[in-house]
Amino acid sequence: MSIRERLSGNEATAYAMKQINPDVVAAFPITPSTEIPQYFSSYVDNGQVDTEFVAVESEHSAMSACIGAEAAGARAMTATSANGLEYMWEMIQIASSSRLPIVMALVNRAISGPLNIHCDHSDAMAVRDSGWVMLFSETNQEAYDNMIMAHRIAEHKDVMLPLMVCQDGFITSHAIENIELLEDDKVKEFVGTYKPEHYLLNKKEPIAVGPMDLQPYLTEHKRQQTEAMKNAMKVIQEVANDFEKMTGRKYDFFEGYQLEDAEYVVVSMNSTAGTVKNVVDSLRSKGVKAGALKVRVFRPFPGELIAKALEGKKAVAILDRVPLINATGGPLFEDVTSTMFVEGIHVPTINYSYGVGGRDVTEEQIELVYKDLQELKDMSNPYRFLGLRG
Amino acid sequence: MDIDKNTPWQEMTPGGTIYDAGNAREFKTGDWRSAKPVFLNENCKQCGLCFPVCPDDAIPVGKDQMRKDFNYDYCKGCGVCAKVCPFGAIVMEEEDK
Repeated sequence: MSIRERLSGNEATAYAMKQINPDVVAAFPITPSTEIPQYFSSYVDNGQVDTEFVAVESEHSAMSACIGAEAAGARAMTATSANGLEYMWEMIQIASSSRLPIVMALVNRAISGPLNIHCDHSDAMAVRDSGWVMLFSETNQEAYDNMIMAHRIAEHKDVMLPLMVCQDGFITSHAIENIELLEDDKVKEFVGTYKPEHYLLNKKEPIAVGPMDLQPYLTEHKRQQTEAMKNAMKVIQEVANDFEKMTGRKYDFFEGYQLEDAEYVVVSMNSTAGTVKNVVDSLRSKGVKAGALKVRVFRPFPGELIAKALEGKKAVAILDRVPLINATGGPLFEDVTSTMFVEGIHVPTINYSYGVGGRDVTEEQIELVYKDLQELKDMSNPYRFLGLRG
Repeated sequence: MDIDKNTPWQEMTPGGTIYDAGNAREFKTGDWRSAKPVFLNENCKQCGLCFPVCPDDAIPVGKDQMRKDFNYDYCKGCGVCAKVCPFGAIVMEEEDK
């Protein structure tokens, strides 16, 4: 029997980490992820975990400590947000290119400046092609479940890539919701122990990690990362299948909501997807064939599957929770539409920048998006803003 | 491990990890050199000041306690040895000379 609880997204994440009981956690506090290492450090203090908690002096050091620990053969975890992730930037790439399956909780927050501590996805999007597997979570339950699945994906021998579990800052991280937790022994059995093939503390096999990789080699090592990311697709599916067997909760690369017969589809990620689904219900009751698609796995990007799911729709809106400052579309829009183009699927598709810096996303706004889709005549204005004054 | 410039990506080690110790010897950094120290044996008093300062261990010392000519496979031409030599037994020359 699972355990019914009421937890915030941060509490749920810290609780998952407690159950995973990693060898090392190295973290530096930053809003809105601060509570994760804070709760976790009390588990350490109470002797509820065996983890070595490293209170580092910066996020750059947090990721560096995780890299050192993981290379040594330990299971290492961290948590951060926004500028903390940016401060890790250099080491983020070292972690993935050294093929170290570190798991991170990323509580999404706007990147300064001007200074803002509230939710958007500009932190995650800034590292979207740095070789990390990226899972997004609509609710506290999903943040917890994704974290329980994380190590099985990251540490799989065909993957060996770091992984981040994203959730919306404050909206998910600080809101207390009902949640179903798993028993400790079930998590322990599901996650398993980390048995790396090669690691620094193996005295029978001295190795060198992260050596110089000049012109004759870097191209090939990057190609290996490509393959690992592709392999992650299969592994994510396998792990989700096992997870479903244990919990009854089904996870896919994306969630289609009233999608199959939908004419107008809104694509989103994280907590906004819940609001979109509410609007779909209300529009359906009025006879509008509205549907929604929520992306859960953002890297590897399941573009082909998403493109096929959108085939034949009348119009699609893609919601990017980032500012649009590249004179073209947002990252989710670019990824979806470019795979649609490659797959030869043409559906009128527009893009909205929304919810930047924690701006509220209301049902009224989402209704406007569906209204725009139904009235879409030409594509002269594909890059739009939702909830913007003026 | 046998990986060289012809190894296909499928056969290389993930992340470039080297499953072997003491492999710096295989990485010959001498070709980074733009200036080269030249050993003038006739000026050398075997005072022993030069080899401890070499960052690349490129000044071999024999069992007879005497320093030998440079190991140009690893000497990067930093010139520290030429600077510490009190007897003008090491002079720096341009590499292409």
